[in-house]
Amino acid sequence: SVQAHKEEDNPPKTMEVNVLTPLPDSYDYDLIVIGGGSGGLAAAKEAAKYGKKVMVLDFVTPTPQGSSWGLGGTCVNVGCIPKKLMHQAALLGQALQDSRKFGWQFTEEVKHNWMTMTESVQNYIGSLNWGYRVALRDMKVTYENAYGEFVGPHTIKITNKKGIEKLYTAERFIIATGERPRYLGIPGDKEFCISSDDLFSLPYCPGKTLVVGASYVALECAGFLAGLGLDVTVMVRSILLRGFDQDMANRIGEYMKEHGVNFIRQFVPIKVEQTEEGTPGILKVTAKSTTGDQIIEGEYNTVLLAIGRDPCTRKIGLDKVGVNINEKTGKIPVSDEEQTNVPYIYAVGDILQDKLELTPVAIQAGRLLVRRLYAGTTTKCDYVNVPTTVFTPLEYGACGYSEETAVEKFGEENIEVYHSHFWPLEWTVPSRDNNKCYAKIICNIQDNERVIGFHVLGPNAGEVTQGFAAAIKCGLTKEQLDSTVGIHPVCAEV
Amino acid sequence: GKNEYDLLVIGGGSGGLACAKEAAQFGRKVAVLDYVEPSPRGTTWGLGGTCVNVGCIPKKLMHQAALLGSALKDAQHYGWNISQPVHHTWSVMAQGVQNYVKSLNWGHRVQLQDKKVKYFNIKGSFSDPHTVRGLTKAGKETVVTADNIVIATGGRPKYPTHIAGALEYGITSDDLFWLKESPGKTLPSFSLYVSLECAGFLTGIGLDTTVMMRSIPLRGFDQAQMASLVTEHMESYGTKFLKRCFPTKVEKLKNNRLQVTWKNADLDREESDSFDTVMWAVGRAPDTKTLNLETIGVKTNSETGKIIVDASEATSVPHIYAVGDITEGRPELTPTAIAAGKLLAQRLFGHSSELMDYDNVPTTVFTPLEYGCVGLSEEAAVQRHGSDNIEIYHAYYKPLEFTVAERDSTQCYIKMVCLREREQRILGLHFIGPNAGEVIQGFALGIKCGATYPQMMKTVGIHPTCAEEVTKLHITKRSGLDATVTGC
Repeated sequence: SVQAHKEEDNPPKTMEVNVLTPLPDSYDYDLIVIGGGSGGLAAAKEAAKYGKKVMVLDFVTPTPQGSSWGLGGTCVNVGCIPKKLMHQAALLGQALQDSRKFGWQFTEEVKHNWMTMTESVQNYIGSLNWGYRVALRDMKVTYENAYGEFVGPHTIKITNKKGIEKLYTAERFIIATGERPRYLGIPGDKEFCISSDDLFSLPYCPGKTLVVGASYVALECAGFLAGLGLDVTVMVRSILLRGFDQDMANRIGEYMKEHGVNFIRQFVPIKVEQTEEGTPGILKVTAKSTTGDQIIEGEYNTVLLAIGRDPCTRKIGLDKVGVNINEKTGKIPVSDEEQTNVPYIYAVGDILQDKLELTPVAIQAGRLLVRRLYAGTTTKCDYVNVPTTVFTPLEYGACGYSEETAVEKFGEENIEVYHSHFWPLEWTVPSRDNNKCYAKIICNIQDNERVIGFHVLGPNAGEVTQGFAAAIKCGLTKEQLDSTVGIHPVCAEV
Repeated sequence: GKNEYDLLVIGGGSGGLACAKEAAQFGRKVAVLDYVEPSPRGTTWGLGGTCVNVGCIPKKLMHQAALLGSALKDAQHYGWNISQPVHHTWSVMAQGVQNYVKSLNWGHRVQLQDKKVKYFNIKGSFSDPHTVRGLTKAGKETVVTADNIVIATGGRPKYPTHIAGALEYGITSDDLFWLKESPGKTLPSFSLYVSLECAGFLTGIGLDTTVMMRSIPLRGFDQAQMASLVTEHMESYGTKFLKRCFPTKVEKLKNNRLQVTWKNADLDREESDSFDTVMWAVGRAPDTKTLNLETIGVKTNSETGKIIVDASEATSVPHIYAVGDITEGRPELTPTAIAAGKLLAQRLFGHSSELMDYDNVPTTVFTPLEYGCVGLSEEAAVQRHGSDNIEIYHAYYKPLEFTVAERDSTQCYIKMVCLREREQRILGLHFIGPNAGEVIQGFALGIKCGATYPQMMKTVGIHPTCAEEVTKLHITKRSGLDATVTGC
């Protein structure tokens, strides 16, 4: 049996730990954070503020296509950030068209160059990766680009890209390993299909694309790809945006359909074959109906799978330390203080069971957790009324209950829904759709008509929704909403 | 005898129309008078008032045209191949805007008809407290009598008539939006929000624009730094500023251009330059002169000329009310006029007793980099509570969309003014950045609910947006620390 080194400078190269080994009195670190994403980094930086000795482990297992990225996690590298930038590129395409009606003149033909956009986006992401490394260094947080797994109580083994292993111990751990896209489990999926992990750094234009899935990831990607001028089809097994207000989900789908995105409903792919190699090549997709025996085939340059994400919890040695996970989903159940069933092991972010998969939630949870651990506070993360926005071509911002959930919880007779279509002023002159933007609020009649749900479909939905979320946090009622004067002319005044 | 109408509204603008339509909902007999005295340049327009015709609507549309110009530049960074050079044609934009405004004029007329509100295109004046007399454009006299009368005649731009040539050769916002041809090299004077907004979009569509500024910009708005951040941005955007300058005369040149001479206070000398257009934005004056208010006893403020009203919008004459820009001490904003007009109708005819709440009214200045605010400015908060009793949280942030576009975000800034005690209630919120109006609106609701700083911090952000930065404010001015936001 071997004891772990107290000095972090010269840890032994390979080690074994026998569970009977007595634990050292002092640990290598106060806190080891496994996962350098939104939640992990926020927690690590916060802990460093309180003078704690912190290590962050981050490692990206390359995708089947070989894509990988730097420090920062999903949001920065293959999530929110590149998504919003590409969404912006698509919006600018629309702006170009609008601008002609506002008097701007330029050549009729305007084309989009995928490589120019992707290079700019990747450069920006690179600057963020760099920024995080500098921030960790400045705050004296140790960062290791290595894969971490538990090997025994308070002990973790890390393996870097070269295969070199080290062992470290810590008083506490935070698991923040996040998730990765799910594959279909059909022939050809890993060989020929890409996921969001690959899309944002794709070194060639995806061309004619089939997006499989109806999640917000699927619709956002389909949306901006279409906005950039590509031929896009979305294959949906059943409903759109499961878990979101279905009325709003359908409006989003309708809008996308009217703006050139094809939808194949109630089909699932059963086979993907490559008929031509290339960047991109040509793929043949065979799909089966979910309601009968019908089989269809289609050819695409790219197949993008966006059918869900799975937590990275199966291969990090949780069984060695006894952390319970939901065997079916892989998610980790935690208390309302983000503590797992093992007292010194915590978890934040997308891997948590029954919590929202959002960057700001992970950051908030991570920070508050660390403050409770080291600064003596008692504030818990408030997971209620967390606002969110889906950045589809027509953006959708929401906070609180969907209409269905409100009816289910309070009863139809106890809720009042106020709604309105609106026509953004900026859409008038270029004659853009005049009955698509929509807003609705759901009020609880029995509680002073308190606003319990807010939904808006229109430009800048995120900017609009943020303030309303703050107001809902303050207990906004319909009366207060009515008595607040609008800013004119903006969409939010609706 | 019996009066012909239950309600007569003089002025078919934001406040007037809202009041009239609301009253009609209660089944009342309502009439609206609307008349546009042509500007000195001869510009005139249809039903709907300032906002629709020569205010908010055309302003925001032209602002949008300018923003789209920036979008064209950004687009190239995002991979769109657009051939250079890119031109802007004023007449295409103006026609698009003017057509839309005309559709709104039409829409208002149809709405009045649908609600059975009688509309008279006449210029009215009081002959007695219940009677208004007016002449149509053709010269025919019409007399209207009503139980209740609401004055909502709004305001018109002032001319600095003490400057030689100002009236003869200058235009105002009344004319700018209706110009059929480009205004060319323009001198907006001075630096109220109207001037800055116009200067902003004129610069954005490629015109040579210079703002003449006598003293401070955006009088009435937060001067602690918001106003100067706005003008700083405009300068980097390409708008020229003549600071601490005051025009002395405007003369017409042989080639029909205008020669403007001014006094430069800093250099203590006279300077001059030629322009195609001089636009005055020196404030607006209430349109009450021809109403004959003195004879019926409606009191006005001797300095401003505005009508004095109480909290229920009542004037000094019992059944005569006033709403909108014409009322003393109220914000000159369309939404407040609309809300006040509606509530007034509800109190008169709908058995309501709800008064208009003029506190915490949010607003936005649509300069190239927009500025939205609600509540108190920093100075007002300091004055009211003392600087020891307020805490100011602030941050310089960078909109994500600016990164790839390589745009300068130096002036993107947020400031939240809070009380130090009483759970840190929020007194004011100020935001400079894209879509400022959209950002501020929801927070205004929060402030109406008595939002506190801790509640704001408990609100989770939406990522990635600019608005989320409001929920992440944590650096105080007091601390003196660098308030630049650095990454997630």
